[in-house]
Amino acid sequence: MLAFNFFGATEGGLFDINATLPLMAIQVVALTYILNSLFFKPVGNVVEKREKFVSNNIIEAKNKLSEVKKLEADLLTQLQSARTEAQRIVSEAENESDKLYKEALELANNEANASKEKARLEIESQTSAARDQLSKQADDLSELIVNRLILEK
Amino acid sequence: MFFNSLLTNFAALEVGQHLYWQIGNIRLHGQVFLTSWILLGALIVFISLGTKKMENDPKGLQNLLEFLWDYIRDLARTQIGEKVYRDWMPFIGTLFLFVFVSNWGGALIPWRLIKLPSGELGAPTADINTTIALALLVSLSYFYAGLSNKGWRYFEYYVHPTPIMLPFKILEDFTKPLSLSFRLFGNILADELVVGVLVFLVPLILPIPVMFLGLFTSAIQALIFATLAAYYIGEAVEEHH
Repeated sequence: MLAFNFFGATEGGLFDINATLPLMAIQVVALTYILNSLFFKPVGNVVEKREKFVSNNIIEAKNKLSEVKKLEADLLTQLQSARTEAQRIVSEAENESDKLYKEALELANNEANASKEKARLEIESQTSAARDQLSKQADDLSELIVNRLILEK
Repeated sequence: MFFNSLLTNFAALEVGQHLYWQIGNIRLHGQVFLTSWILLGALIVFISLGTKKMENDPKGLQNLLEFLWDYIRDLARTQIGEKVYRDWMPFIGTLFLFVFVSNWGGALIPWRLIKLPSGELGAPTADINTTIALALLVSLSYFYAGLSNKGWRYFEYYVHPTPIMLPFKILEDFTKPLSLSFRLFGNILADELVVGVLVFLVPLILPIPVMFLGLFTSAIQALIFATLAAYYIGEAVEEHH
């Protein structure tokens, strides 16, 4: 039963509290300082630096993304306005060309009408001149016939 | 007959026997210091190797140490709170690592193969001196944390919801270290004893599941000790409104 001397009064036993206790406490405190300088500080620095780096990058990326979105929207409105502008110009040009075509057509029609009229007038005058001459010649001829008949008698 | 052989086997466990070192007037449990020096030396070597060349892209050991650091930080942060956890993280982490390394070292390394003139090597946390030392350090820490953070207002905590709580809160200051130290001591010693007894009774196979259970208990005890220490500190620095 020596082995089960749990509460060993003087020597040994499970609850034998002695100078091991304060020395162990000092050892743990020393270990805290050692681990702090060997482990917690350096690893903490690296991890926190990386966390800062990552969060900074995320913020930066977010900023860039919002900038890109803004630019995209900007470009889209620009594109829209350019499109309407182009449409406007095209329709304007169409109207213009239409107008020009109509003007040119009218001008050509007028000219053609004028020259037709002129030609008609000329034809008419020539016809009347020819008729006059013809009637004059007929008069002369009739006079000549009359004279001849008179003279023969 | 059988009972007698059982007793002699138990006697071989050498419960409550110590390797005494006498320095002047003081007496020390040598086996506790021997194992703790070996285990803590291994821990420090391991950590020095892992943090020798710190890189931004962690490799190998550094990964493991960063995981450990993160684990300890989470533990400290959730229990102590965002404001002061940084100051106490090394202490909580050291408690966790010390208890964990001691428990696992005691369970994993076949210390029994090393014969001592008296007593036997084992987990340093299976000695009541170690666990009381740790528990008293925790008590001092939470007193210090409370007083340094809140000054004399720390004592408002004792009458916090109502002054009726005062005797209970005072009692708590004694039960906290008591429960901390005896929980750890009891669990680790019991585990060592169970494994020891089983190894003597049935040397094959049967002790193995118990050994695994022991490893599990050891890890859990380390976590419990560190979590409770952090919780006590957190309780002391918490602001009441």
